[in-house]
Amino acid sequence: MKVFTIDKKEWALGIEKAKSAYQVLGPVKEKEWHCFKALGKDEQPDMTYTNTRLSPKFLVQPQTEPMFTYTLDESRPDHHILKEVQEDVCPKAVIGIRPCDAAAFLLVKRNFDAPQYQDPYWLKAYNSMTFVGLACNDPCPTCFCTSAGCGPFHEAGLDVLLVDSGDRFLAKSLTDKGIALLAAAGWNSLADDAGKIEAMKQAAESRIASRISTDRLKAKETTHIYDAPFWEDTAFSCINCGTCTYSCPTCWCFDIQDENRGNTGVRLRNWDSCMFPLFTMHGTGHNPRGAKMQRVRQRFMHKLKYYVDKYDNGIQCVGCGRCIRLCPVNIDIRKVCNQMNDYDPAACVCPA
Amino acid sequence: MQNPYMPYPVRIDEIITETEDKNLKTFKFVFLDPEDEEKFAYKAGQFAELSVTGKGEIPIGIASSPTEKGFVKFTVNKVGLVSSFLHAMKVGDIMGLRGPLGNSYPWEALEGKNVVIIGGGFAFTTLRSSIVYMLDPANRSRFKDINVIYGARSPGMLLYRDELAAWERRDDIHMHITVDAANDPGWKYNVGFVPTITEQKAPEADADTFAIICGPPIMIKFTQPVLDKMGYAHDHIIMSLENRMKCGIGMCGRCNVGKEFVCKDGPVFTLAQLTNMPKEY
Amino acid sequence: MSGYQDKIKEVALRLLKDGSVDMVIGFRKGTLPMMNEPCFIRRPEDVHQLVWDSNCGINLANYLTDRKEKIAVVAKGCDSRNIVTHIIENKIKRENLHIIGVPCQGMVDKRRIISEFGDTLLDVADDGENLKIKIHGSEKSLKKTDVLQSNCAACIHRNPVLFDELAGELVPEQAGVDRYAEVNRVEAMSPQEKWQYFEDLLSPCIRCYACRNACPLCYCPTCFVDESRPQWVGKSQDPIDIRTFHFLRAYHCAGRCTDCGACERACPVGIKVRQFTSKLNKDAFEMFGWEAGMTLDERPPLDTYKPNDPNDFIK
Repeated sequence: MKVFTIDKKEWALGIEKAKSAYQVLGPVKEKEWHCFKALGKDEQPDMTYTNTRLSPKFLVQPQTEPMFTYTLDESRPDHHILKEVQEDVCPKAVIGIRPCDAAAFLLVKRNFDAPQYQDPYWLKAYNSMTFVGLACNDPCPTCFCTSAGCGPFHEAGLDVLLVDSGDRFLAKSLTDKGIALLAAAGWNSLADDAGKIEAMKQAAESRIASRISTDRLKAKETTHIYDAPFWEDTAFSCINCGTCTYSCPTCWCFDIQDENRGNTGVRLRNWDSCMFPLFTMHGTGHNPRGAKMQRVRQRFMHKLKYYVDKYDNGIQCVGCGRCIRLCPVNIDIRKVCNQMNDYDPAACVCPA
Repeated sequence: MQNPYMPYPVRIDEIITETEDKNLKTFKFVFLDPEDEEKFAYKAGQFAELSVTGKGEIPIGIASSPTEKGFVKFTVNKVGLVSSFLHAMKVGDIMGLRGPLGNSYPWEALEGKNVVIIGGGFAFTTLRSSIVYMLDPANRSRFKDINVIYGARSPGMLLYRDELAAWERRDDIHMHITVDAANDPGWKYNVGFVPTITEQKAPEADADTFAIICGPPIMIKFTQPVLDKMGYAHDHIIMSLENRMKCGIGMCGRCNVGKEFVCKDGPVFTLAQLTNMPKEY
Repeated sequence: MSGYQDKIKEVALRLLKDGSVDMVIGFRKGTLPMMNEPCFIRRPEDVHQLVWDSNCGINLANYLTDRKEKIAVVAKGCDSRNIVTHIIENKIKRENLHIIGVPCQGMVDKRRIISEFGDTLLDVADDGENLKIKIHGSEKSLKKTDVLQSNCAACIHRNPVLFDELAGELVPEQAGVDRYAEVNRVEAMSPQEKWQYFEDLLSPCIRCYACRNACPLCYCPTCFVDESRPQWVGKSQDPIDIRTFHFLRAYHCAGRCTDCGACERACPVGIKVRQFTSKLNKDAFEMFGWEAGMTLDERPPLDTYKPNDPNDFIK
């Protein structure tokens, strides 16, 4: 681990140099909000951004992704036999990703890189990327990362951590991948004030006033929280749209669909959402989560209880606050998490 | 990296219409590449995704037994988009098979034990697989008494009728076939719902006796109290769940019951396990 | 404004205490600036949670669909018109409702304010006339009438059309507003320009269906986009499927939409979804002289037939 200093005057040049070895992606303002885009020649990431409107999870798991192609033409010898899709696995540098969004990939990886099965699409995309994080000096009021196992200067999931220090960036290399990228960009001046990062980190963390409590989630009985009376109140306002799940960096659920055009077709996977009734509807019409309340409960139970129990590695949330900011009806995961964490079935006085 | 979403190409070798309402057909598949059959090594109780190219996939329990070689069999109920299309396919058509998926019935725990199989309606497929597996000459001595209680609405709705008749004639398996009502005067087996027949015919519970139940929710709902009354311990009652699935490998997120995925951690759970899980199936 | 809130609480308390309703549907204070959360109140001791201000843009008629209880509901002008539509379409029974009408002076366009001040916005205070915006280290005051949702700025039905009692004096309706300025602008475009315009308009869509689900009109048990047999629309990000969804949804709302703006307010990626419904509202007005939800006595033009129809297509 080394800390380099990058004069902002040399920044653009380094980005251009990196483009010869990597496809470079970075935050760019489109219409009103920022989004990660592949940067063309002389196109620069906007390192002054707050965060992207939607999470950058689509870089690794696109909303729509081809899995296989096939032909239905019976005159062809390979008819009805699926063929692999060639994937783009060229090295990519994701510049300026926020630490929470990079950490989210590690949470999602537990799902896609399981002991028994590995998802080749997700893993190939993820492994092709070098993540250059941008520490948050000014976290948003809805950020609660520090109590969600993450933080504004969180390093896990990053290859390089950049800290904006006025007229320059301090760049902390965290992995071999990170070292390779810094070398490709020609950023090789060692910083003589690396200690500054720690002070900036503490200052940023102290600005985060929003917190959740998660300490008692694991010890609780699943069925106790599941049967808690507060879910009806929590779910009332929910309109069952997919905003929370689609904007979330740690939601990974997907659907598989065949789409044909004439005699050829493609097997696709698309994002799906536990908020949608169709998600769990059986062919017979029976639906184990047919009611809105059941779906709202599933979303929070998955993130804050099932995931906690399954992996014993904290909650499935990094505290980015997107679902809170974007929910049309103000369902707030912080409130729900605290309710779950505090819930005691013995003490519960149910409303008559 | 092996792609777990890639099905093995198979050819439909035979289609048998099982029931009088023609809603259940058994499909016998042959692997286009014989090596794939070896890769598809399975245990009774597992399922696979039937991949109908251009329409999609459906998870279906494997009805053939690992002891049957050269083919795999699935009995499919016609309900949705894919199964309806599959019902219209012909012998010789090419499609895909992805699996085997899920856990299986706990064959190691069942070794040396009495096994009571309780099935209803079209949920008899993996139970057929289990029976054929246990009756195989190489396996029969590994299990003690085998009892089978299997019911359907009417004689014409029973699956695998020829095999049921053959098992009835054997003395190393106790068959208790039943129908809700019989209009056939020649019906020589039981009449009555599965829970009632279970109460009458199932052996008393002991530490060496396991029940495997598979059937419609209403049958399970009324059979479980009967087993309770007979003293079956909840970790001796084995059940197989169904939920909507897509990936079949615990990744797409929809089939969970609590923290368990029916596709990967199941579909087989003991009643003792299910007691501590939300009832989302 | 606080007068409205006090009156809403007073009515809610009375109705819950005397048992004439099982629940009151209204708003409670949200956890973010400019956000209130729809809620239900069943117990008199919870009535204090109810709020009313210019951040109550969610259409509460959406929460009435198929409910069987006796309900008191807080309704501004557009909500009341959707309640009328719900009653006409048999989605709720009039006799089960106690409508607390709220004469409305428009809802604040939170998206515009967030887009201007960013996600670091700390607080927005509303004194009735002005909004005080607090961000890190500074404060700015905005005149509320300058930052209303675009549908509110051009609204001519601010007063509830159907109510059992009012939370305040009726407000003067706006006159001389051009409700269809945006529609006219698009109508004047060449086909190529229109194509480009709609392509651009819908390019951020992520198919979360917040627009559909925030809409009281979208209550089909299975939406056409979710049907699998036949599957009318693909489920991917194919732009044709996305357009199909938006166009068809708008047509399903033709002659029923009250321009409440809930769809646009709900959209997480800022699509002006009202561009579609406004066009159909304009058509319904010009062709049939129709505005949705103004009366219980007449059915919407597209689900009725009159022998004296001015057009001869059906004769």
